[in-house]
Amino acid sequence: MASRPRTLYEKIWDAHVVETRDDGTALIYIDRHLVHEVTSPQAFEALKVAGRPVRRPELTLAVPDHNLPTTARVDASGKPVPIADPESAAQLAALEVNAPAFGIRYIPATAKEQGIVHVVGPEQGFSLPGTTIVCGDSHTACHGGLGALAFGIGTSEVEHVLATQTLLLQQSKPMEVRVEGDLGPGVSAKDLILHIIGTIGAAGGSGYVIEYRGKVFEAMTLEERLTVCNMSIEAGARAGLIAPDDTTFAYLKGRPMAPKGAEWDAAVAYWRTLHTDDGATFAKSVTINAADVEPSVTWGTSPEDVVPIGGRVPHPGDFADESKRVAAQKSLDYMGLTPGTPMTQVPIENVFIGSCTNSRIEDLRAAAAVLKGRHKADNVRWAIVVPGSGLVKAMAEDEGLDKVFTDAGFEWREPGCSACLGMNPDKVPPGERCASTSNRNFVGRQGPGARTHLVSPAMAAAAAVAGRLADVRELV
Amino acid sequence: MQPLTRVEGRAIPLGLKNVDTDIIIPAKWLKTISREGLGAGAFEVLRAEPGNVFDNPAYQGAPILIAGDNYGCGSSREHAAWAMLDLGIRVVIAPSFSDIHSGNAVKNGILPVVLPQDAVDRLLEVAREGLEITVDLEAQTVTTPYQDRFAFEIDPFRKHCLLNGLDEVGLTMARGEAIGGFEAQRTAAQPWLMRGTAAA
Repeated sequence: MASRPRTLYEKIWDAHVVETRDDGTALIYIDRHLVHEVTSPQAFEALKVAGRPVRRPELTLAVPDHNLPTTARVDASGKPVPIADPESAAQLAALEVNAPAFGIRYIPATAKEQGIVHVVGPEQGFSLPGTTIVCGDSHTACHGGLGALAFGIGTSEVEHVLATQTLLLQQSKPMEVRVEGDLGPGVSAKDLILHIIGTIGAAGGSGYVIEYRGKVFEAMTLEERLTVCNMSIEAGARAGLIAPDDTTFAYLKGRPMAPKGAEWDAAVAYWRTLHTDDGATFAKSVTINAADVEPSVTWGTSPEDVVPIGGRVPHPGDFADESKRVAAQKSLDYMGLTPGTPMTQVPIENVFIGSCTNSRIEDLRAAAAVLKGRHKADNVRWAIVVPGSGLVKAMAEDEGLDKVFTDAGFEWREPGCSACLGMNPDKVPPGERCASTSNRNFVGRQGPGARTHLVSPAMAAAAAVAGRLADVRELV
Repeated sequence: MQPLTRVEGRAIPLGLKNVDTDIIIPAKWLKTISREGLGAGAFEVLRAEPGNVFDNPAYQGAPILIAGDNYGCGSSREHAAWAMLDLGIRVVIAPSFSDIHSGNAVKNGILPVVLPQDAVDRLLEVAREGLEITVDLEAQTVTTPYQDRFAFEIDPFRKHCLLNGLDEVGLTMARGEAIGGFEAQRTAAQPWLMRGTAAA
């Protein structure tokens, strides 16, 4: 096996095969499992009914995030604030009971370590390079930024992992997205991944695991890599990967659950072997020229509906494919947009900075850099910043970023998934637009009838100041 | 889960591309701690449109759904499969599926059938006439009263589980010894991998 050149994906896969069935299905060992309140209750229930224990409780970490309101968690006297929505409260309570009942570490909503699972995993050093990481959430792809094979699973698979610490899987095909050259000034990791999705399409990675390659990714910070890999799922790929390097190791060193002492050294030595060998072949390869990437924005209701900020709302007739023409017309009707309109003339009433895609400290710094000394436009009714974790929030407050945001007319919130998905009180009203740093512009995603334009944190800040979608490069 | 061998019936001619799991079941329905009753919220946004296919009496109770490319993209929510099952859908035919959703479907006894776009277009025509379509998993074919016959591919393990209504967790728990051997090797060679939350 060692003689054949392998891709990074193949190396991680091979290292996790417990056994292979005659039909080609492999039993894959799962190193790390993240659990949140929405996709786990039915899995715990099934274990209880069948009398099955959790095989390796220390390899699962539970954190509430999707349902949690992002308003104050404790009142003036320090008591926890009850969750108003009874269904959300019941779901959150179920996790709080289930996790300890099965011996699983649980981070409560009031802890400073609480946050969005995909922010917490890397931050705690729970997510590590070369590991297999799963969670009942498609944005688990995020952790691929550490060089981990990380992907979303359904609730039946959550149960499978809890009971067996494995999954029965068919190997995906390795795909390469190579980016040549350097990104221009004012162009972020989010713009790049939106551009990639716009180029390969929402099903372009279907059946594949994408490895992002090229010096652009090598030069990225760990946070930027997490942003890129996070949205691999929006390109249809199960997972995205970036080879671990010194940037990765520097990020992880000293994190609470990362290896320590001699184990750290051994781990780093192993992690250095985790790269695609020269001569390894990819089943599909796409090359992107970094110079072509501009600050990007979505116009429609699929993440593939991407245009540069200097572009215009497309005409359905622009698309060669009949089903895409139909979909484009439906999207335009939903979004209330007229073909030919310059994107910079699209007014914005709401701005959301947060989500597992863009709620880490660098995202908040990028947005704050644009907002410093500025204020949101009057037509922007609601602007919120939701840090990805309590630790991100504390760091931002130490740097005075909270003050920059509140001075600019933003609300500074508690960590959680917030307005990314319309499950908690943070929603965009019907018919209103939101410049959002989240990952999905689906119909109704941010609330029934809500119209989402996906952008980077800096572009969200620029939209808040301009009161319309705007090119951040004109502000900095 | 209920075994699936052969499904005969009318088909809902949705045809839409990139049907995401937020469309199949919006987030507000995910607050349940049960798998039951999600059909009430299934395709809620589409069903709000007058003349939608789901509420057309011609397709009431149809066990087959025909959709466009990239069906089930987006969120990993298995609630989407539970909602479809609650509507009585046992087969979805589309040119492609999201990886996660097709896995969730199979684990709930729903068969995802991948066929080329021209075959899907033809089946949409037949479905719109209100005619019955037959999906035979054993033979891996989709047939119509017009003698159309489309063969489809399926991963043999998925086929085996669907035909027999197998519980994967039970199957894998029977491999506990192999898993234990793998864990022992890892604990010896790379102990940090096995520490997890206990490292802190």
